[in-house]
Amino acid sequence: MAKAVVRIGLVALGLVWGAFAAQAAQADEVKRYVVEGSQAAERSACVEPTERMRRMHMEFIQHQRIATVHEGIRDTQYSLTGCVDCHISYDANRNPRPINQPDQFCGACHRYAAVDLNCFDCHASVPNRPAADAEAAHRAAGVTGAPHGGGH
Amino acid sequence: MNEDKTTTPVDSGRRGFLGTAAGVSAAALVAPGVFLHSVAAAPRTEAVTDAVRWGLLIDTAKCADGCSACVSACERENGLDLQEPHSATSKWEQQQAAWIRKVKLQDNQTGRITNLPMMCQHCEDPPCVDVCPTGASFKRADGIVMVDRHLCIGCRYCMMACPYKARSFIHQPLTGQLTAVPRGKGCVESCNLCVHRRDNGEDSTACVDACAAEGHGAILFGDLKDPNSAISQRLREIPSRQIREDLVLNTGVRYAGV
Repeated sequence: MAKAVVRIGLVALGLVWGAFAAQAAQADEVKRYVVEGSQAAERSACVEPTERMRRMHMEFIQHQRIATVHEGIRDTQYSLTGCVDCHISYDANRNPRPINQPDQFCGACHRYAAVDLNCFDCHASVPNRPAADAEAAHRAAGVTGAPHGGGH
Repeated sequence: MNEDKTTTPVDSGRRGFLGTAAGVSAAALVAPGVFLHSVAAAPRTEAVTDAVRWGLLIDTAKCADGCSACVSACERENGLDLQEPHSATSKWEQQQAAWIRKVKLQDNQTGRITNLPMMCQHCEDPPCVDVCPTGASFKRADGIVMVDRHLCIGCRYCMMACPYKARSFIHQPLTGQLTAVPRGKGCVESCNLCVHRRDNGEDSTACVDACAAEGHGAILFGDLKDPNSAISQRLREIPSRQIREDLVLNTGVRYAGV
């Protein structure tokens, strides 16, 4: 009888511990997708509520690209560069990992949804703009040395 | 040494007056009509308008033989140096997009040699825009002729139409693009007067900066519509030409000494 009680107790303990561990892992998973010190880290949601972002992010970017390319407006609420700046993650050597890789922020979801996106055929998939927000985000994330010092 | 202690205290009112006077005379040194302004570089918030027309003036007399500072600065600025050849043997696999070419002209009768950088001439009536079937090749309101890669289908009509051979095609997939300069297989591209700098409120292009850093100062960038801009004033002073004036394209890039 006493043995059974101990066994049940151990099982319960194990379940509780497992639940905590899973939760912690999940939190880590979520946190990994927002660069510490970036604009996104200070907000509760992205530039729109999370549910809206999940459903509509393609429309947001698609519409603002006309404003950017044809009208030169670079201060829009939606920006592909902004996605990369805030949601990039880094490997053990503190190098940014291309965001469209199948285990990264953009790539993981698109693979799950079987979406073949080609934003990153042309657009930079890592922040490599020495000026502006990316640099601040890099510094905050403890990353030194921009990948390429050419552009602005 | 001890004398210092006996001097009278500084007359702060007099010092203030002198300071103001120095400031005023320094300001007066700047020519009338010229305003020294240092607008903090910030991303554009409003659509570009046709109140400005960006252009270049290239003084070929100052363009040095053998110098390619503008070309390499352009490559660095616009990520053209990140292109890698796809095969060591085939020359077709090694071609790379170029936004500026150094061109050397020789007058066979006199032997006079002229050097000049050749890039998109940013025509007022661009033939590349006329022929584009998708509207990808377009002229921005501020006079910059560029390609919207979202719309480009890679047909290369614009490359055929351009009298200046200014456009390049990206033949191979590539990675590691710059954030400011997207680039991908199957699209045409050409000089866009460092459009990311324009939209960030900066006041020159990579080639202009490089040429000035080399000490040649052969390229001048500015607003052709502003009569007080440096480029407009210089255009008033020295004789300049448009390449292929016979086509009446009214180019935004002008050349002196050709």
